[in-house]
Amino acid sequence: MSGFFVNAALISLLTLIAFLAIRLHRLFAVVMLSGAFSLVAATLFVVLDAVDVAFTEAAVGAGISTILALATLSLVPANEKPHDFAFVPAFLAFATAAMLAVAVADLPAFGDVNAPIHNHVAPDYLKGSAEDIAIPNVVTSVLASYRGFDTLGETVVVFTAAIAVLLVLGGWTRRKEDGEDDNA
Amino acid sequence: MSNLIAHWNYFLVIALMMIGFYAVIARGNMVKKMVGLSIFQTSVFMLYISMGKVANGTAPILTGDTTTLYANPLPHVLILTAIVVGVATTAVGYALIIRVYESYGTIEDDELIKIIETEENAEAGDA
Repeated sequence: MSGFFVNAALISLLTLIAFLAIRLHRLFAVVMLSGAFSLVAATLFVVLDAVDVAFTEAAVGAGISTILALATLSLVPANEKPHDFAFVPAFLAFATAAMLAVAVADLPAFGDVNAPIHNHVAPDYLKGSAEDIAIPNVVTSVLASYRGFDTLGETVVVFTAAIAVLLVLGGWTRRKEDGEDDNA
Repeated sequence: MSNLIAHWNYFLVIALMMIGFYAVIARGNMVKKMVGLSIFQTSVFMLYISMGKVANGTAPILTGDTTTLYANPLPHVLILTAIVVGVATTAVGYALIIRVYESYGTIEDDELIKIIETEENAEAGDA
């Protein structure tokens, strides 16, 4: 039952941060709140026994994402134009929430040991990991060994994204075009 | 009512998800949209991680004790991949925002649409 209160407290804090993040108009504050959101989310992942996800979220979600956003903010206006409350999007969000709530009501109970997800291939990985790969961290053995090709695919996606960023920002080509300009 | 208690974690995560969703569709500022998208995305991660949770279990790091209950490692692996891919796509999004600002001088949706319409009308007028 203590898990209930810890989770509920963390998710309430997340809700507060998310609510403030969409209410504020100063984008610097919005970006810092988004970093705080990732950090609290990482804490929630620890409570949910996902320690590897927690440190990835803390390093990548709270760290790198925030740096990227701040780098963007140094180049674009730092204040958002004030907007009125938008009724149609709010209604859409409520409708989607209602549909999702109906859908998750059919899921097995939270933390249920007999849920199908825990009785398919997961026991094999938990049992086989020690013998096949001989490292205690099952998440690592699945990520790097059993599902190594998925991770290779992930690396390809990250590489593609890096190339896309370079092409969009035009690191080399633009310098050649405005070669005469000193601010190029 | 029993459902409400058994699924409380999922319901809370859905509420969080919808805050991010609202930011994505209602806000005109592109940086705000990206922040909304990352809130939405992190909430989806929480939904998946909640599914892997086992009551009275522990993190999936083998202890050698056969009676220990472990959380399901598969959602964790999926979400590790998703976090990294998410940041890669976020980087592309921010690069596009910088590019849009360089070309049009604004990152607000409505102003951008006005500028583009004016340009199109001017082109039509020339032809």
